[in-house]
Amino acid sequence: MDFKSAVFYFLATVLVLASLRVITARNPVHAALFLVLAFFSAGGIWMLLQAEFLAIVLVMVYVGAVMVLFLFVVMMLDINLERLRQGFWSYLPLGATIGLLMTLEMALVLAGRYYGLEAMPDPGASGAGVNNTKELGRLLFTDYVYPFELASVILLVAIVAAVALTKRPRKESKAQNAAAQIAVRRNDRLRIVSMPSEKE
Amino acid sequence: MNFLMPDFYPAAAEIFLLAMACVILLLDLVLTQKQRWIIGLLTQATLVGCAVITIMTASGQVVLTFSNMFVDDLFADFLKLLVYFSVSVMLVYSRGYLALRGLDKGEFYLLVLFATLGMMVMISASHFLTIYLGLELLSLSLYALVALDRDSARATEAAMKYFVLGAMASGLLLYGMSMLYGATGTLEIGGVAQAIYHGVANKTVLVFGLVFVVSGLAFKLGVVPFHMWIPDVYQGAPTAVTLFIGSAPKLAAFAMTLRLLVYGLFELAEQWQLMLMMLAVLSIALGNLAAIAQSNLKRMLAYSTISHMGYMLLGLISGVAAGDRHFALNAYSSAMYYTVSYVMMSLGAFGMILLLSRAGFEAENLDDFKGLNQRSPWFAAMMGMLMFSMAGVPFFVGFFAKFSVLLAVVDTGQVWLAVVAVFFSLIGAFYYLRVVKLMYFDQAIDTAPIKANLDMRLLLSANGLAVALFGIFPQAIMSLCTFTLLRSL
Amino acid sequence: MEILLQTLQTFFGPAWPLVWTLLKIFGIILPLVLCVAYLTLAERKVIGWMQVRIGPNRVGPLGLLQPIADGLKLVFKEIVVPTKASTGLYFVGPAMAFATALAAWAVVPFSEGYVLANIDAGVLYLLAMTSIGIYGVIISGWASNSKYAFYGAMRSAAQMVSYEIAMGFALVCVLMVSASLNLSDIVHGQAKGAFAEMGLGFLSWNWLPLLPMFLVYLISGIAETNRAPFDVVEGESEIVAGHMVEYSGMAYALFFLGEYANMILVSVMTSIFFLGGWLSPVGFLPDSFVWLAGKTCFILFLFLWFRATFPRYRYDQIMRLGWKVFVPLCMFWLLFIGVWMMSPLNIWK
Repeated sequence: MDFKSAVFYFLATVLVLASLRVITARNPVHAALFLVLAFFSAGGIWMLLQAEFLAIVLVMVYVGAVMVLFLFVVMMLDINLERLRQGFWSYLPLGATIGLLMTLEMALVLAGRYYGLEAMPDPGASGAGVNNTKELGRLLFTDYVYPFELASVILLVAIVAAVALTKRPRKESKAQNAAAQIAVRRNDRLRIVSMPSEKE
Repeated sequence: MNFLMPDFYPAAAEIFLLAMACVILLLDLVLTQKQRWIIGLLTQATLVGCAVITIMTASGQVVLTFSNMFVDDLFADFLKLLVYFSVSVMLVYSRGYLALRGLDKGEFYLLVLFATLGMMVMISASHFLTIYLGLELLSLSLYALVALDRDSARATEAAMKYFVLGAMASGLLLYGMSMLYGATGTLEIGGVAQAIYHGVANKTVLVFGLVFVVSGLAFKLGVVPFHMWIPDVYQGAPTAVTLFIGSAPKLAAFAMTLRLLVYGLFELAEQWQLMLMMLAVLSIALGNLAAIAQSNLKRMLAYSTISHMGYMLLGLISGVAAGDRHFALNAYSSAMYYTVSYVMMSLGAFGMILLLSRAGFEAENLDDFKGLNQRSPWFAAMMGMLMFSMAGVPFFVGFFAKFSVLLAVVDTGQVWLAVVAVFFSLIGAFYYLRVVKLMYFDQAIDTAPIKANLDMRLLLSANGLAVALFGIFPQAIMSLCTFTLLRSL
Repeated sequence: MEILLQTLQTFFGPAWPLVWTLLKIFGIILPLVLCVAYLTLAERKVIGWMQVRIGPNRVGPLGLLQPIADGLKLVFKEIVVPTKASTGLYFVGPAMAFATALAAWAVVPFSEGYVLANIDAGVLYLLAMTSIGIYGVIISGWASNSKYAFYGAMRSAAQMVSYEIAMGFALVCVLMVSASLNLSDIVHGQAKGAFAEMGLGFLSWNWLPLLPMFLVYLISGIAETNRAPFDVVEGESEIVAGHMVEYSGMAYALFFLGEYANMILVSVMTSIFFLGGWLSPVGFLPDSFVWLAGKTCFILFLFLWFRATFPRYRYDQIMRLGWKVFVPLCMFWLLFIGVWMMSPLNIWK
């Protein structure tokens, strides 16, 4: 086993264990943190596949931004575990049956030789001068420009929807108007009155 | 590094719509509450502009652009025009309703426009990626629209259900697509068809992927057993949004089904026809039976949608019989005709609910329609015609829609299927005709005068008359459907 | 030196690359920790002078042994764990804060060729590491089971995520003009230009054509490290010390080290992105590491100067500055640079 395989097995083990803990951890904050660990290990595995752009972006976007906000919310929620567990046993048979069925179906297909190493040959190492980021950028803005733009529209819709669903302009809110504050001049605030000096 | 600038011309309508949506988004920022009507007007103008562009750019050829991810053919142009038209009608119907409930915000129009863009993308998709992105664009806008009435607990619950189930359906669809990709090595719909035709793809993996794709499609079409979201969403959403969900997206879902199953996986027709047949029979049975038990009109129409989608599927499953493919054109155009006529009827029926609703009052219960004849004989007649048409009573548009799909089924020799469909259609007639009975033979509970804008009254009347008119001249739409499909397949 | 390396190489055999890398890491970290220690002294001295005080002058000549004394004191103190604190995470927090502050140094080029890992996606790696740094704060704030600590964590999470966006946009401008994500290439890109050929290299650096981005990056860097005037995260007057209020001894020292290591990192990065890294400002002097050190010290001095000068921002003002001023400004400048690069006036060919 060379160094690369050793690293892969290490990362894969951490990834699997962390993912398991995500669904078994009792504390939601712990679960979220295990998810962070899982993302991180997945990033490491991508790095081994020489997809450094994707690996780092995964860490940057998911670990650095999405999960932080996620934790932010989870930490502030008062999650009642007892209520979450309610009905677990009554739903278990149905859920387990469906889950088992899907696993079985998938195993039947995936365990076949359709997805073996013969069916999916190694694409071969890329040249030394190949820059992942540049290649991806080039593809995104040429061949895949249409789906790329569509994805940006979806994000725009998400913003519009989030604002439409959550923003409630409140009457009592007293936000400061920075522009008005800066534009204020002496005469608006101060009146110099000429007064005769008084004696005694 | 060879890259040719893509041809933007076939996608001009999409680009125009997106540009206008951004303009409206910015304009909404500066307009005051009193000037809000500009937004509605501009939205209508955008739709008209799109229609003009679509007509002008229609070449009658099958044109691929954007690295074969976008296809422009007559089928797409025709469906897009219908989408613009039904969205436009929907906006007219819902104007008064939204204003009374404080929902006529810029966001409503924006989300509707973005949903329209999503439908256009789906209709013109020739790549799994664009199908998925179009679908997500449409769904995301719809989830937000359902929840737009933030203070209504029912709407929020409906949106939540819709979102969770919709996300799951998207997951199923994606999973199926990834399987198809694994088997064929391409995401292009044309490429997939080629790969299957040449037999390079592994059959087991293909069928496995097909199961997931069909499940995902069934979710989006809302057929049994993937129908759970339909009644709750239809009932919970503001009626204007229900009207929207019940109309144009059905056209897009039909286009998506056709593109995926017929364009991409035609070689597997035997397999998916079997799956769709089960879905169709279940939907027709459950939709019609469950609708009888409803006292809420929106919920009843939701179940009626499920059964109608089942009938539509009947058209799709009679394309290939015992390896013989010459039924295909006839069968698919009958399914398309069914979808178009369903959209027409659905617009009218939900439009009637909007017409009778007032501030703080939703005319969504069957009892609200009692004695409508005494209040407004004209609109009672319109509603009567819509219900007759939905029930499939002869010489309305719904009759010919059912007739054509049943004919397609009988053509392929599945007589028993046609008998089952007719049987449940007779059961279904009961609850449609109950509405007619309530309107004409019962005493009115609610005697408030019907107030509505003139444009809505006119359009709704036209809608009702169209249902009758196209029933007398069914060939008008039918031949259009056949023609566009012939030129695009 | 050569002989020493040769003997070591034969001694360690196949493990040599690993040992060599470890040695290099120590070569970066040890001076860094020393710098951090003396930065704390410098801070107290500089602010002392600005406020017409003398600053620490008791321990050693001119107070030069003060940081050593502080360090020893912290090492020997007991680490108190609050009751009901989440014990495991309580110790993970400071470790994360310190580890990410150090990890980012892997891609910093100190001079021509002197870099631990010369990777293509250096800028991205840097952004990723700084964004992970937030976890140290959040975890410690939550695990402490204290309201003040939790408030601090919440504030800092929101603040750091917000300013990362502006920071990222500013960097996008930089990588647009240098057409590379490699930090060494970014420095090389600044050595070219009309002014550089005239011998006035400092006018060819990125700070001039990207002036607004330089300022945005610098200010965001201050906000990102939670330094004054953006230090509401640990604002003494409101929430005592924010996320580290419950920590003592070495655990507290790790936060402290991490914060100052991050300050130095942001300063080095500003120097590399906008001030030409190790490049000499004028043609007749050679490029060398000294320039980078000098530029870094200047930026660090700005950090201290700001702290001594500006009153603390209010929290909503911080958010306003980040989202409503910096992000739109960055977007505009991004567009501007894009148009500039496509026009015949492009100076970055």
